[in-house]
Amino acid sequence: MTDTPIDKAAQATPEPLARRIRGLSDRSIAWIFVAPTIFLLLAVNIFPLIWTIRLSFTDYRVNRPNREVEWVGLRNYERILTDPDVWATMQATAHFLIWTIVLQVLIGFALAYLINKKFRGNDLWTTIIVFPMMLSPAVVGNFWTFLYQPQIGLFNYVIAFFTGADPASFSMIGDVHLAPWAIVIADTWMWTPFVMLICLAGLRSIPDSIYEAAECDRASKWRQFWTITVPMVLPFLMLAVLFRGIENFKMFDLVVQLTGGGPGNTTTLTSIDLKREAFEKWRTGYSSAYAVILFVTVFGLASIYVKALNKVKER
Amino acid sequence: MKTKHLMSAAVSALIAGGAATSATAEDLTLCWAAWDPANALVELSKDFEAQSGHTMNFEFVPWTSFADRMLNELNSGGQLCDLMIGDSQWIGGGAENGHYVKLNDFFDANNIDMADFIPATVTGYAEWPKNTPNYYALPAFGDVVGWTYRKDWFERPEIAAEFKEKYGRDLGVPATLEELKDIAQFFQGREIDGTTVYGAAIYTERGSEGITMGVTNALYNYGFLYENPEKPYDLEGFVNSEGAVAGLEFYKELYDTATPPGSSNWYMGENIDAYRSGQVALQMNFAFIWPGVEADPNVGGGKSGYFPNPAGPAGQFAQLGGQGISVVAYSDKQDAALEYIKWFAQPEIQARWWELGGYSALRAVVEDPGFAASQPYAQTFLDSMAIVKDFWAEPAYADLLLPMQERIHNYVIAGEGTAQEALDGLVRDWTEVFEDEGKL
Amino acid sequence: MSFSVTEASGRTKWIAGILVVGYALITIAPLVWIIATGFKSGPDSIAYPPKVVFEPSLEGYVNLFTDRTRATEDMLEEAGPPETWYDQIARDQGTIITGPSRYGERFLNSVIIGFGSTALCMLLGTAAAYAFSRFRVPLKDDLMFFILSTRMMPPIAVAIPIFLMFRQLGLNDTHLGMILLYTAVNLSLSVWLLKGFIDEIPVEYEEAALIDGYTRFQAFYKVVLPQAATGIASTAIFCLIFAWNEYAFAVLLTSGTAQTAPPFIPTIIGTSGKDWPAVAAGATLFLVPVMVFTILLRKHLLRGITFGAVRK
Repeated sequence: MTDTPIDKAAQATPEPLARRIRGLSDRSIAWIFVAPTIFLLLAVNIFPLIWTIRLSFTDYRVNRPNREVEWVGLRNYERILTDPDVWATMQATAHFLIWTIVLQVLIGFALAYLINKKFRGNDLWTTIIVFPMMLSPAVVGNFWTFLYQPQIGLFNYVIAFFTGADPASFSMIGDVHLAPWAIVIADTWMWTPFVMLICLAGLRSIPDSIYEAAECDRASKWRQFWTITVPMVLPFLMLAVLFRGIENFKMFDLVVQLTGGGPGNTTTLTSIDLKREAFEKWRTGYSSAYAVILFVTVFGLASIYVKALNKVKER
Repeated sequence: MKTKHLMSAAVSALIAGGAATSATAEDLTLCWAAWDPANALVELSKDFEAQSGHTMNFEFVPWTSFADRMLNELNSGGQLCDLMIGDSQWIGGGAENGHYVKLNDFFDANNIDMADFIPATVTGYAEWPKNTPNYYALPAFGDVVGWTYRKDWFERPEIAAEFKEKYGRDLGVPATLEELKDIAQFFQGREIDGTTVYGAAIYTERGSEGITMGVTNALYNYGFLYENPEKPYDLEGFVNSEGAVAGLEFYKELYDTATPPGSSNWYMGENIDAYRSGQVALQMNFAFIWPGVEADPNVGGGKSGYFPNPAGPAGQFAQLGGQGISVVAYSDKQDAALEYIKWFAQPEIQARWWELGGYSALRAVVEDPGFAASQPYAQTFLDSMAIVKDFWAEPAYADLLLPMQERIHNYVIAGEGTAQEALDGLVRDWTEVFEDEGKL
Repeated sequence: MSFSVTEASGRTKWIAGILVVGYALITIAPLVWIIATGFKSGPDSIAYPPKVVFEPSLEGYVNLFTDRTRATEDMLEEAGPPETWYDQIARDQGTIITGPSRYGERFLNSVIIGFGSTALCMLLGTAAAYAFSRFRVPLKDDLMFFILSTRMMPPIAVAIPIFLMFRQLGLNDTHLGMILLYTAVNLSLSVWLLKGFIDEIPVEYEEAALIDGYTRFQAFYKVVLPQAATGIASTAIFCLIFAWNEYAFAVLLTSGTAQTAPPFIPTIIGTSGKDWPAVAAGATLFLVPVMVFTILLRKHLLRGITFGAVRK
């Protein structure tokens, strides 16, 4: 293997140019390497973001090409922030966010703790547990509607089997009180392995020597758990919560397939509401303002959280 | 506009040449909902392919995502569809935003006369503004909400006798919505052939248009009006009139007392499934399902009967469904697409369309003396088409539909607030839309 | 075996094992149910109580790949006896096959867009990651954070201007548009992951190569790339899986030509009502490749899902 394409290119180019390529300073190479990425991200992320901000001050609508666009100042923002329906979607999102995180942290940590006992075959079972999170949420979410069917659905049947209730007597997706939990259950099923994997890494990062030292001090297992295991895993756990938090704040595919936001508005998460405004009602200006508000919320919450995370790490 | 030039060029070419065959064989794509009639259209279109040399492709999307996807496609100026069988309510937006090609010149040049079609379908599917001779579609598929019932169950002596004893009248096709509710409640939870059955499958879907297409059948008949007949866009007292409130309460009671458990997000497909699997005695559904019901091994072959939406205190109306076929303005194969419409409008093709299970809107077909007897549901279809009413077909139709879905679903399914509050809220939402549109 | 305080006792291991295996069985039950439903007949799929033991049928797969129409008597006569086994399966349901369905096309779109965006993403990402790892790039930390932050935005929010932009450029519902978009979305992941992998390759290798007269390009190409091969491969698989699974952009920005499988599979319906065996068959074919990839990736999973923040 003497001839790589680059060699050939270098040989084929006239001497001065070849020298120039060879002689490219590290700095120019750095730019050549980074520029395409930055350019693409600017084109697909930053430019649209600026456009969104601009549109958010107008009453533009994509589906009314013939209408004059007017500047409306902050009216879109005012309308959104004073709309009780928008706050209702925020509440639904908060419910979803908090409960999925609580459940996933508890179950995920417990699983990681158990797997870390290194029983035989734990690798195989870990891989199996991980499957759900790698799959397409839309495709799987769609199938969960089938599992949740009253009477014929597997979920209802299993619950009925264990509780003795009639499998046709409750509808996870149709009932106002159950639907918010239906999406929490499906998301927990899907993403618990994520938290589990990160916790497992945290557990494995704890050096045995610390436990050995604690053992010498005759600290009880219970005490070891609270004074060593939990604090050492905490930064990892917080990282997992950060990822899940951002992801579930953006949640769209799984829930839209599962409930479509219903019944009524009980599972209309912010993303689903935004989709309706932007791509069903086509209120482009209004939904741009909505999008900007979401950006600000995500970035704001995430940066506060990252600060907290760094503090925990420093300890 | 470029497309307009293209369009007029296409039309004049057709007029000048008079011939329908264009020089090149094109690959046409027709977009429609994914349902039984669409499969029949594929079958029907083989004749067009053979005659014209063009190839037909089809893009069928299920009802629950049909409006979303196709309006997205039109608004993005996409070229996926050359022909669109778009829902009746899109016609305003299609016309005003230039998505659809205006067909008047084409109709004139090819002797296609809108007077040959069922008047309700012309108004419903083709005209914008309504009741003016401006055509953006050719009525393609007549459809209307009606009811299907288990005739075999109704005819069982023990069931009929028990019903008579309880209600003092014979069990049969209900004359009013109240009677329909009685029947549905009568069947709710009843044991038939060893399984528990329920009253009626009705539309309750949240995500697209389901519950609206269902509840209007009650609202209209109890006195709901979209606007003041004297003064357009005047809603207060019409949308939320006393009658409208009663109609909405009726629908909720029907849902609460006479529908299968878990039927909180049902539309056409779920209703069919429930009916075919013998879960319900009655189902509300668009007429398109009737050929399928007749052919079904479980419930077909005379076991089912059909009736139009029963009357209420304020009259008898039924929700219009159905679609017209339009040429998409962004297509660069418009002349071939027009050829398809010309072929489709022929009486013999329309007759074959009906045979295959497509509800032709051509009067020559439905007024044929043999029509009413040609299928058990044919007369019901004719009776229903005579009493149709449609949702708003304004360009802002989606803005009007979404709050209605929300308000109605919140009240009927989620049980929040009162019927009066729901409709008052709807008046506010709609007024806001019309203000945004500059119509108020 | 010598005694160790951190090594769990045999009994503890048994209990831990039983609990974990129990959870694993519950967690794969829905997946097993999907695969099983794909091999059920229509009535079996909606039977009450749910059927665990059933007669396998290829109805779902036949329905997945074909369009059918309900056959009238004369159509059946006209069509003659069924010619193939799949014809027979369609006839048994009272339908006639009218042609192939769109599933194949949508699946192929997923393949094209998935592999196209992954290739582009790896090309750009490797270069950028190398530069960030080895050179003093001005504002490096800010740029890296900027790259990461692009991943925080809700896709629906980004989709509004993208929709407008694509409409202007004619990129709506095109393969190219989707490839560019997924590349941009995945760049954050690939740059962050690859930077971590390249950071782990000792700089000394390259320095030695440079002293031997290699240019920077050659050192990158001949020394760093082969060393980073595993990292690049696992990053590529992560990008591929993301593009493969993506739904929000696909449902908003494609309608037919470039539509991928995730928005399509939920819309599979039969001649009347939802055809669950066909949906399950479509889902199975779509999900199984990812499960295989997951097994291949298991050593690098953690790194991939945390953008390289946690390494084992």
